[in-house]
Amino acid sequence: MNTEMIGIMVIVGLTFAMALPLGKYIAKVYLGQPTFLDFLSPIENCFYKICGIHPNREMDWKSQLRAFLGLNLIWFLLGMGVLMLQGSLFLNPDHNPSMSPDLAFNTAVSFISNTNLQHYSGESGASYLSQLVLVFFQFVSAACGIAACVLVFQAMTTRVAGKLGNFYRYFMLTITRILLPLSIVLALILSFRGVPMTFRGKQTLITLQGDTTRVSRGPAAAMIAIQQLGTNGGGFYGANAAHPLENPDYLTNALECISILLIPVALIFALGFFPDAKGLSRMIFFVMLAGFLILAVPAIYFELHGNPALTHSGISPGQGNMEGKEVRFGAGASALWGVMTTVTSNGSVNSMHDSFMPLSGMTEMMGMMVNCFFGGVGVGFLNFYIYMIIAVFISGLMVGRTPELVGKKIEAREMKIASIIALLHPFLILCAAALAVHADLSRHITGWLTNPGYHGFSEMLYEYSSASANNGSEFGGINANTPFWNISDGMVMIFSRYLPIIGPVAIAGLLAGKKRVPESAGTLRTDSGTFGLMVLAVIVIIAALSFFPALSLGPVAEHFTLYR
Amino acid sequence: MKSHLWTGLKLTFIMVAVTMVAYPLFIRAVAALAVPGHGNGQEVWKDGRLVGFRQVGQSFTWDRYFTGRPSAVNYNAAGSGASNLGPLNPDLLRAVLQRADTLMAHNPGLPLSGIPADLLTASGSGLDPDISPQAALVQVPRIARVRNLPPSVLAGLVNRCTTPPLAGCLGPATVNVLELNLMLDRMK
Repeated sequence: MNTEMIGIMVIVGLTFAMALPLGKYIAKVYLGQPTFLDFLSPIENCFYKICGIHPNREMDWKSQLRAFLGLNLIWFLLGMGVLMLQGSLFLNPDHNPSMSPDLAFNTAVSFISNTNLQHYSGESGASYLSQLVLVFFQFVSAACGIAACVLVFQAMTTRVAGKLGNFYRYFMLTITRILLPLSIVLALILSFRGVPMTFRGKQTLITLQGDTTRVSRGPAAAMIAIQQLGTNGGGFYGANAAHPLENPDYLTNALECISILLIPVALIFALGFFPDAKGLSRMIFFVMLAGFLILAVPAIYFELHGNPALTHSGISPGQGNMEGKEVRFGAGASALWGVMTTVTSNGSVNSMHDSFMPLSGMTEMMGMMVNCFFGGVGVGFLNFYIYMIIAVFISGLMVGRTPELVGKKIEAREMKIASIIALLHPFLILCAAALAVHADLSRHITGWLTNPGYHGFSEMLYEYSSASANNGSEFGGINANTPFWNISDGMVMIFSRYLPIIGPVAIAGLLAGKKRVPESAGTLRTDSGTFGLMVLAVIVIIAALSFFPALSLGPVAEHFTLYR
Repeated sequence: MKSHLWTGLKLTFIMVAVTMVAYPLFIRAVAALAVPGHGNGQEVWKDGRLVGFRQVGQSFTWDRYFTGRPSAVNYNAAGSGASNLGPLNPDLLRAVLQRADTLMAHNPGLPLSGIPADLLTASGSGLDPDISPQAALVQVPRIARVRNLPPSVLAGLVNRCTTPPLAGCLGPATVNVLELNLMLDRMK
């Protein structure tokens, strides 16, 4: 077996091996059990006091959502302000200009929604101050997602009706106990491996061959750590984690790759440490794992086997498809990253997805279209929760039983919310893509796409899949820094971030208020393998039915042209 | 809602202090004190002159140097980027074949099928500092001729400059082109 394959397996294996203890720790943090970071509690209490937060005061679900939306509104305004003024503010050694209003709108929404779609290039489009504000957004947007997820965990597993906990407490603990400690460790390792952490501007130098060049540096290590851990994905440099200063060697690549999947997986394990949720957690994990592997294996296969269009011209396929990839990672680990970053809503890239083989590009799109094979920190579980409710409902109808989830009856109101949320994602992606295709064809706005034909369509489909999945990766050939894309992507990101958090929290809140139905022989078990298959089937049916026509116009058509 | 906004404002202020100020400053402080290169990047000096950063690839077009990966941004280290050409794009095939022609013209005797793909395809960042050992070895005869050095010595140099897979078994082996060319210059 070659070193590339061993590398991939070690990365995947380590991810799950590290996620298990982390999951246990995460559960302890939220359940209020002692952990080794308890020495931080005086500081947290001081923060609570300054803010006027009573961390142990119960909040109902509406109040939780108000807290969440209020924070996001403040951050949006902060982001718009800084990005539109960055040119004349401090910490701008390279004198990068301010962003245009539409670009600032896109960027601010993109970062508070945990998407990190970047229509600017870090080297020339953002000041160091902006980059640090974005780091702040990367922490808080991830913490919001996790806090919402923990709320639902709490609602599902509590025996006391209506007990949901306190959003601010979850938010605070997520930052001080989980994101910050992990980010510090990762950022330190990265800076020891050569990732810059400096406030100096670009370095001008004359190369060995005598060319004059300027090298961008900046406070990158701090950003890259939280960018990966918080499934944010917004990189410091234009080329993201393909940039050698952002991801200098195979070790950093392995660590960053593990960090992408670490917390999303650990959260599923964490659920298993909540009362009576072990079986449920196991079922969810295996369904997600199956989905992940179904997408990862073909992507790795196709990237390792090279581009047939080049092979036909007599070029050796030995190294795999290397266009848009870096030698130090190789084609295999690049494909693995590509799938990991799209099944989670991370969106950082260590190779350019636009140049992937058609079907590996398609598995990446499918990861974003399903958006719950581990998914973004917190929100991945929330998406899965919606599918679970639909699966419970359908299986309940099939066997003629009242649909229940963990002892709570699912009724019309919950089902309505779940259906709307499940359909929102395909609706946003497909309608927006149709609109873009229409604009591209009818108004002859040229210059959007780098690639002709099927692949050009894929670029547009990918862009909105990424926006709607709050992913943030791109088929980079698209020239998306135009008012049309900035605003349409921004709107898609807003809807697809806030509604899929509001929906599940509302459902969980409604369910938490209901009486627990005692388990009986007639109860449909939600922790069984059968039910897992049922959920997987629901996911496949919803995703396949809604997206297959669009995918067949893009990557599928391209595949059959290429492998003819 | 009003009370939430007021709480949110204060919480935002605290989180800005923690994650936007304290956290990066802490990492910066450790980098400045403990990391080789002080967090400014791994500088490479030659004859008292800064000639590059170890991890940032640079353009080598002269026959007397080992050539690195093709770059879609011409090794602009202030604006990284890739070609983003799709696998079926005719421009991709054209660019690849053109690079192959150039390589074969500069390296007589090198067959098309013998050129490793990393010398023909543009990297993801446009700044890839590495090539595969294979890609370095196919350039040995050219360098040997131009520099008038025995090929076996150059092959040994490539070997010494090869970074093996991590822990001997993870990922590909690489050759840092800047480092290799520096060593090459030092041989005379």
